[in-house]
Amino acid sequence: MAELATFLAYPVGLLTIAGIYAVMCLGLNVQWGFTGLFNAGIAGFFAVGAYTSAILTTAPHPDYLGGFGLPVAVGLVCAMATAGVVALGIGWLTLSLRSDYLAIATIGIAEILRLIVKNEDWLTNGPRGIPAIPRPFEWLPPFPAQVAYLALVAAIIAVIYIALERGLNSPWGRVMRAIRENEESARAAGKDIMRRRLEAFVLGSMIMGLGGALMAHSIKFIGPEATEPLIVTFLVWVMLIAGGSGNNRGAILGAVVIWAIWSMTELVTRQLPADWALRSAYLRVFLIGLALQIILQRASSGLLAEKPPKPIPLDEGEPKGRSRG
Amino acid sequence: MLEFVNFYLIPGLVLGSIYALGAIGVSLIFGILRFAHFAHGDMMTLGAYFALPFIVTLGFSPYLALPVAMLGAVAAALLIDRLFYKPLRAQPSIILLVASFGVALMIRAAIQFVWGPHSHVYASGFQMPLVFSGIRVAERHIYIVGLCILLVVALHLFLTRTKTGKAMRALSDDPDLARITGINTERIIAWTWALGAMLAGCAGVFVGMDTHVTTLIGWNMLLPVFAAAILGGIGKPYGAIAGGLVIGLAEEVSAYPVFGNEPLLDPTYKSAVAFAIMVAMLLWRPSGLFRGRVY
Amino acid sequence: MTEQRLDATGLQGGYGGADVLHGVDLRVDPGEIVTIIGPNGAGKSTALKALFGLVQVHTGRVAYGDTDITHLMPDRITRLGIGYVPQERNVFVNLTVHENLEMGAYIRNDDISGHLARIYDLFPPLKEKRKEAAGLLSGGQRQMVAMGRALMLDPAVLLLDEPTAGLAPAFVDLIFERVQEINRAGIGILMVEQNARHALEIADRGYVLVNGANAFEDTGANLLANREVAEAFLGG
Repeated sequence: MAELATFLAYPVGLLTIAGIYAVMCLGLNVQWGFTGLFNAGIAGFFAVGAYTSAILTTAPHPDYLGGFGLPVAVGLVCAMATAGVVALGIGWLTLSLRSDYLAIATIGIAEILRLIVKNEDWLTNGPRGIPAIPRPFEWLPPFPAQVAYLALVAAIIAVIYIALERGLNSPWGRVMRAIRENEESARAAGKDIMRRRLEAFVLGSMIMGLGGALMAHSIKFIGPEATEPLIVTFLVWVMLIAGGSGNNRGAILGAVVIWAIWSMTELVTRQLPADWALRSAYLRVFLIGLALQIILQRASSGLLAEKPPKPIPLDEGEPKGRSRG
Repeated sequence: MLEFVNFYLIPGLVLGSIYALGAIGVSLIFGILRFAHFAHGDMMTLGAYFALPFIVTLGFSPYLALPVAMLGAVAAALLIDRLFYKPLRAQPSIILLVASFGVALMIRAAIQFVWGPHSHVYASGFQMPLVFSGIRVAERHIYIVGLCILLVVALHLFLTRTKTGKAMRALSDDPDLARITGINTERIIAWTWALGAMLAGCAGVFVGMDTHVTTLIGWNMLLPVFAAAILGGIGKPYGAIAGGLVIGLAEEVSAYPVFGNEPLLDPTYKSAVAFAIMVAMLLWRPSGLFRGRVY
Repeated sequence: MTEQRLDATGLQGGYGGADVLHGVDLRVDPGEIVTIIGPNGAGKSTALKALFGLVQVHTGRVAYGDTDITHLMPDRITRLGIGYVPQERNVFVNLTVHENLEMGAYIRNDDISGHLARIYDLFPPLKEKRKEAAGLLSGGQRQMVAMGRALMLDPAVLLLDEPTAGLAPAFVDLIFERVQEINRAGIGILMVEQNARHALEIADRGYVLVNGANAFEDTGANLLANREVAEAFLGG
């Protein structure tokens, strides 16, 4: 049993992180896939969520705010709420403009959040980061606790997936699609585009904040490096585009596939001599960037293409892949 | 007062001139290709690194390495356009933005791969500043601002006196009409990349001369450069110059202790200044000071 | 430019959605003034654009002399000697009047000073405003700039899309006068017009388009005299 646990620890850990990325990927899918909003500040919302939950759930500490010792569930909910509030502010300012402005604004907010995290020691403990973040199921032995946390992440993905699928096939989802496909005619049809976009942006950001919180509880530590803006933001983007933007199952699949490639190649490069290990780390980033270009040019629909909007179902016997969510 | 000039106004002007060079490129590219070029900052970094071997290894002066950096950046930009942007030209322009985001990361990773992650300096040692009745200016600052002015004048002449420059403005104005008129769009796009990269390459070298060269200089300049382009009005190169100066000055002056001895704003939050000005501009007048386009 | 016939037959097509044109025939012989009139939404402007490669044509053929130009891009058509003046967005607003005219000659590499002088003679108001941004001009002046720009390439045929739309009456007369003057230099004209009566008065021939297809085709004088056309399309 102990051997099995050692053997399985790596895949379980890998799947947990992949699952957390899948959460963020679903968040981005709401913004980009469904609504066409470009968010270049995923790392910012990730950080807001991670720090919110970390501050609320850790034990008291003299050096920085926090130590409220609240339950993890409260942390997760509040992480979503704060990420949502930040998104509301940004979205309200920039969503009526072309997506490029939103993209630039999200970079700006991510950058400011990064500075706050790094410099406001009283709030975030600065560069030292917040340690000893509780992880649920810690009363179990290590391996079952790890598995239980993976199950929690999987359950959260399932809930988000089902909720989004329902939302997409509701009138709300149809309006979103209509706006993305043809803003002018949606406007002419009297749709409140600004409001719908804001809803999508806030919802997506809340899901990203949840992802951040899950990550903080998973690795039990959060510091400024963990919110390295490029890697987090960029990985989530590549995951969504590789998986198939507009398709929730594609978002999940993309997260798992890309994270598996990303972390397994790291496993390989770590075996190299120190100098080459560092260099090959950059090579990995370069190649993932190249992969994005190739997907954009050659396979723009990703692994799982966006499903055409469902017509009113006539035939109930139509096969559906719900169980794989 | 002298302190204000020496430590806030002059650095602000230098920084602003550098931002202006980047912002002009962003503005031109946005005007003609209709997307926010997220890899522009990293194009600046590329320029700074292209100059590095010539200055450090071969012992050239940075001013002599400038043409090398410019040419290198132009070649890189044309290659990147050919490989990554041109195939997506028919797509919605937001796809180009996604691609440029990836290109930004690729450029940075390539630089880190070749030159390593450490920071470099072009010239070590302290240079005595020149003193004019209490006003102290580093010699390199005079050259940087002077060369920026020179480049801007050259750009102005190019845009207003040459056929290609006028066609560039025409294409930025109305792509459909430009096509009807028989303007060779792809050729003008290549020129746009060349100009943007040239200025970005210079900006990168100037940053290297002013401080040091790291793989993040471009990324750190991306936000202020975009802010400057928006402030000036998208598609308005002259507006971008004004925008760059405003942002550069605002960033430096924001640290001036207006009240008491505390800086107005903690210098670590300099980049928030650019962001705040940009957001204020988007709210108050999205078309920018110079009435550019709103998309 | 050698003078050739511009001939479109059986054009069907549109902007990608439902077809706008359901079989349109148009012809401009060298040196003619031809006008296209018809009710709103009849596809007049679309037909004009179809000749110039701006509309997807899936059936039918456009020939210029012996050359099939049906699927050529606008910039190629321009080089063959066909000029096109759009109705809206017909000037580069941030370029000066002079620069607008220079852009008209973008594909030429020879001396264009003679052309510029001739266009300023044709449209004297432009000479005064040549250093002003075209975006600051009135609608009539913009139309002059747009026509001037198209003339920079010495076209053999000029396609004009509603050149007098939205102009003050004084300008309408002036534009029609200039169109005739341009035509006297041997340039064929094909124009879509709302001022149908006025257009037919100066036209050699006219087409009446209804629902994306030819309804009438005759000399300008005959169409003016045609009771049916007059009642339906010329306001009685």
